[in-house]
Amino acid sequence: MFEIKCPWCGARDESEFTYGGESHIARPDPAASSDEVWAEYLYYRTNTKGWFRERWRHTFGCGQWFNVLRHTATHEIKAVYKMTDRAPEIEP
Amino acid sequence: MAARKPSFRSRYSVLSLIRNALSYHDGWAQAWRSPTPKEAYDVIIVGGGGHGLATAYYLAKNHGITNVAVLEKGWLGGGNTGRNTTVVRSNYLYPESARFYELSLQLYEGLSRDLNYNVMLSQRGLINLGFSRHEMDLFGRWSNALQLSGIDCEMLTPAEIKKLAPLIDISPSARFPLHGGFIQRRAGIARHDAVAWGYARAADAYGIDIIQECEVKAVRRDRGRVIGVETTKGYIGAKKVGVAVAGHTSVLTEMAGFRVPLDSCALQAFVSEPIKPVLDVLLMAGLVHVYLSQSDKGELVIGGGSDAYNSYAQRGSFSTIEHTVEALLSLFPAFSRLRLMRQWAGITDISPDRSPIIDKTPVENFFVNAGWGTGGFKAIPAGGWTFAHLIATDRPHPLIEPFGLDRFRTGALIDEGAAAGVAH
Ligand SMILES: Cc1cc2nc3c(=O)[nH]c(=O)nc-3n(C[C@H](O)[C@H](O)[C@H](O)COP(=O)(O)OP(=O)(O)OC[C@H]3O[C@@H](n4cnc5c(N)ncnc54)[C@H](O)[C@@H]3O)c2cc1C
Ligand SMILES: [Zn+2]
Repeated sequence: MFEIKCPWCGARDESEFTYGGESHIARPDPAASSDEVWAEYLYYRTNTKGWFRERWRHTFGCGQWFNVLRHTATHEIKAVYKMTDRAPEIEP
Repeated sequence: MAARKPSFRSRYSVLSLIRNALSYHDGWAQAWRSPTPKEAYDVIIVGGGGHGLATAYYLAKNHGITNVAVLEKGWLGGGNTGRNTTVVRSNYLYPESARFYELSLQLYEGLSRDLNYNVMLSQRGLINLGFSRHEMDLFGRWSNALQLSGIDCEMLTPAEIKKLAPLIDISPSARFPLHGGFIQRRAGIARHDAVAWGYARAADAYGIDIIQECEVKAVRRDRGRVIGVETTKGYIGAKKVGVAVAGHTSVLTEMAGFRVPLDSCALQAFVSEPIKPVLDVLLMAGLVHVYLSQSDKGELVIGGGSDAYNSYAQRGSFSTIEHTVEALLSLFPAFSRLRLMRQWAGITDISPDRSPIIDKTPVENFFVNAGWGTGGFKAIPAGGWTFAHLIATDRPHPLIEPFGLDRFRTGALIDEGAAAGVAH
């Protein structure tokens, strides 16, 4: 159980949000991609134990998508940033 | 095939029970040794859960490979195997899955005898509950598919369900009016620790080293092939390494330099205070996200869907508990006064199609057994059986050919979302 600080609405309970999985996955050009590349894009994930960049949507609030940098073992949140922002660096 | 028998230091039987009772139970031999690791092994299995231990056992029993170590970072069965709600069944929709899980159920049926260890399999029947005409249509299709796969199953009316589970609310005013369901009578539950311990003891009896508190920290490779692992107990060499670490699969494959199509999520379960017998079948309600059974101790064992986000924290989100309890009370208003006694979570490895991955990997002699997600307890015997076959022969067992990594490239997914989404 944790709170997420929506960039538009402020801190709200986790249950107001929908999870969108790993962030910053670039869609390759389907016409120019091999099956391997396409499978990598669709299915393969980093699934990090530690600091993880991921997407959330404030479904039961403003409805906006945004990014979160969260630690998957402690749930600590280090950054909340917009979809078009650059990915923050992860210091070990 | 080596049919050598394991040599137990003491075989469990009524006679041994009486003999040991006479000496005040001081004379029981330890169920397995706690050896210090050797310098190297033919096969190292990472992960001392059900799948790792079963794999070690079948390497010895079916393939005569006994120079094997199982490395476990904590204690045996301390992962999902010891945290699960122990539903054992084979009613999966697709023939590939049905075949595999049916072998597993059949192995379960003979397991206590095979391991000389009582795994307390109780085939009390499992009912899937349907709450709309559409769900009943789906169940009709599902049970036809099962019967074609030779798996026992019957459709039930609400009245027949009420007979088997008298406390369920089937009135028209119920929050979710019951339309019917289907039952697999051979489904049931087993004792989770006993499955881990039974396989451990039987593997140990073949001379396999089971090493607890030994965490794998790095995977050492030489020209694309695995040669050993760095552990908290030092470096251990290996000709082959098999990984069976459930929610930590991605962590292990990252050590070996590649990714897998898995996400790790917490799955919770909880038990109520013990009450008199009220439920002697298992019930599963996929629509409202709850399933339950009653343990021999009288506790209701309750589970639901997994937490919605990636997590390696072995504790769950409160909103999932709330959601699950709401669903439970909509079916059983009579349980509203019960108190929950314990709650816990395990980290499950969820694949895109909810089907397992048992395969070779880009690193030579490095194999994975994963993707069991929320439903791999029932798969332990067949998972171990087929993973041992893959490691021993370098070729997938025919039953797991469809469950390789290549399916994500070809698109031949085995989408068991319905059979393994909420249902474990
Ligand atoms: C709450 C809950 C309910 C469930 N209910 C059911 C059910 O009703 N029916 C069903 O069929 N399935 C169920 N499951 C799923 C089932 O528990 C798992 O799929 C199954 O137990 C997986 O077994 P395993 O041996 O692969 O993994 P685990 O039992 O998790 O074993 C993996 C082991 O690897 C060890 N490990 C991890 N990293 C390392 C490392 N670096 N070095 C050494 N060791 C390491 C861990 O400590 C762990 O002991 C449930 C799971 C949960 C969490
Ligand atoms: Zn918002």
